Amino acid sequence: MKILVCVTSVPDTITKITLTDNNTKLNKAGVQFITGPYDDYALSRAVELKEQLGGTVTVLNVGESDAEPVIRKCLAIGADDAIRVNAEPTDAYFVAEQIAAIAKENGYDLILMGRESIDYNGGQVHGIVGEMLGIPSISPVMKLAIAGTTAQITREIEGGHEELEAGLPLVLGCQEPIAEWKIPNMRGIMSARTKPLKVVEPTGKDTLTQISNYELPPARGACKMIPASEAETLIKLLRTEAKVL
Amino acid sequence: MSVLIFAELDEGALKKSSLEAIYYGSKVAELTGSSATAIVLGEGNADELAKAGRFGATKVLHASDPKLNEGNAMAYASVVAEAAHQEGADIIVLAKSSLGDSMAARLAGKLKAGLAANVIELPDLSNGFRVKRSIFTGKAFAFTALTADTKILAIKKNTLTPEETDAVATVEAFKPTLNEADFAVKVTNVEKATGDILLPEADLVVSAGRGLKGPENWGIVEDLAKALHAATACSKPVSDLDWRPHHEHVGQTGIKISPNLYIACGISGAIQHLAGVNSSKVIVVINKDSDAPFFKSADYGIVGDVFDVLPRLTKAVKEL
Ligand SMILES: Cc1cc2nc3c(=O)[nH]c(=O)nc-3n(C[C@H](O)[C@H](O)[C@H](O)COP(=O)(O)OP(=O)(O)OC[C@H]3O[C@@H](n4cnc5c(N)ncnc54)[C@H](O)[C@@H]3O)c2cc1C
Repeated sequence: MKILVCVTSVPDTITKITLTDNNTKLNKAGVQFITGPYDDYALSRAVELKEQLGGTVTVLNVGESDAEPVIRKCLAIGADDAIRVNAEPTDAYFVAEQIAAIAKENGYDLILMGRESIDYNGGQVHGIVGEMLGIPSISPVMKLAIAGTTAQITREIEGGHEELEAGLPLVLGCQEPIAEWKIPNMRGIMSARTKPLKVVEPTGKDTLTQISNYELPPARGACKMIPASEAETLIKLLRTEAKVL
Repeated sequence: MSVLIFAELDEGALKKSSLEAIYYGSKVAELTGSSATAIVLGEGNADELAKAGRFGATKVLHASDPKLNEGNAMAYASVVAEAAHQEGADIIVLAKSSLGDSMAARLAGKLKAGLAANVIELPDLSNGFRVKRSIFTGKAFAFTALTADTKILAIKKNTLTPEETDAVATVEAFKPTLNEADFAVKVTNVEKATGDILLPEADLVVSAGRGLKGPENWGIVEDLAKALHAATACSKPVSDLDWRPHHEHVGQTGIKISPNLYIACGISGAIQHLAGVNSSKVIVVINKDSDAPFFKSADYGIVGDVFDVLPRLTKAVKEL
């Protein structure tokens, strides 16, 4: 089983977003970067599958050198080697082109990634990669089991889930509860330092979207407190004042 | 040039979010001086499809092949791409959904289209084609220029409030070529709550967290939801603990919702939870701890015990 796991390096989920340069840039000062939480699920499942079925797990990141701590952490969790495509991941089509190029070169049975990156929430890279490679893509995947060359997949749908069966190779966008997040142990951290991390330059430069500037949401007004003893008045206020009932 | 809207059926009816997308698409068509055509896949009732007219579509393309009854993202993307070619559509609009998202991603790859997800306003055409989209799960917005010839806009719920007219759309049969390769993924089983209000579609949501203490106590949450005709949701630990099904989990790593009303019961208001719900129009928080962070992001708050407050709210709703 040859597995490629695509990971993003994103601001920690507790980050309060602030802007700089006249609102044209996100302020990175003091921001802690982490592996995309959904990508982390994908990686954890990939490592489990490798333990179960044998094979290799390669981590791929399209990003600049500041993403390397995240890549090293993925190696510490159990990936065998890593590739970084040295480019700013600004556009989904561009990122998908990089992934598809590497997949074509190396051939993988499974390409896993998070259902979406938690920074731009695009959720489209897996679909575009699938299209570029001419293979199925499925997202969001909650369960994944492999028997031979067939994958059994549970995909979340609105109000429930569906069970799917598909032949490999596949591109999957993952989410919980596909696996438990893994925490690197000391041995993993030590060995990660010497595992290969190859840096390659991007191919193509198709960007189809371009961000000009950012805005932060307006603050909510003050919270109107209602004493618990008069809880019923809430319902009246929701009808007459907030007009949502 | 025209606008094509991908509209979904759920249990035979056009989804509410799709009607919003049709309305949005018709407004984009007005801005660009073109017309709005909706495309619906799978078997469906012609009267129901004509309803798209009331929300601004002049025409509905209906690909009624029963092979399309199952929401298959790959086949759907091929059909929508073929329709876009036939109609000369350069703007494709859809509502975010589990099927729509997967379909749109394949479509973007097929058409080499610029795809903007979580769009929350009409595009600005004053200088190119620029959309405002929500990023960082609602913690910020990005103004994004779409520079490709074909553009795909996946809109968030409550982007515009549709105004209905009594116009009727003409429904035209659409017979696409179906490729066997698009049916490579077999659906072996579907489990879906029927009759319930789907969480991403809901205008009103009652949500509960670890403060409910255990799954056996969800009756008081469901009673309030039922009285309000609301959907139910929960925090991540609640679905992690299997107290509630995973598809009810909202937040940064769960479903992102933007209903008119979100009532949070026994939820502390962690930043990851807020991220998924902060674009709700009105937020109510019920928590016994007056220092719970959620009160800072709420419009109405009650410091109280959910086991006391929720049944009383349910009673008050029934007496409205
Ligand atoms: C990477 C990452 C991603 C995450 N993603 C999400 C996500 O998507 N969604 C999410 O929800 N969380 C997410 N979390 C978890 C988040 O940080 C919080 O742990 C979680 O939201 C807390 O859930 P809770 O409010 O139900 O529980 P708690 O924090 O335990 O809060 C329970 C609340 O109930 C109140 N309470 C207790 N009893 C009563 C009572 N009888 N009456 C009234 N109030 C009562 C308490 O005062 C307390 O405020 C994520 C965390 C991480 C690290």
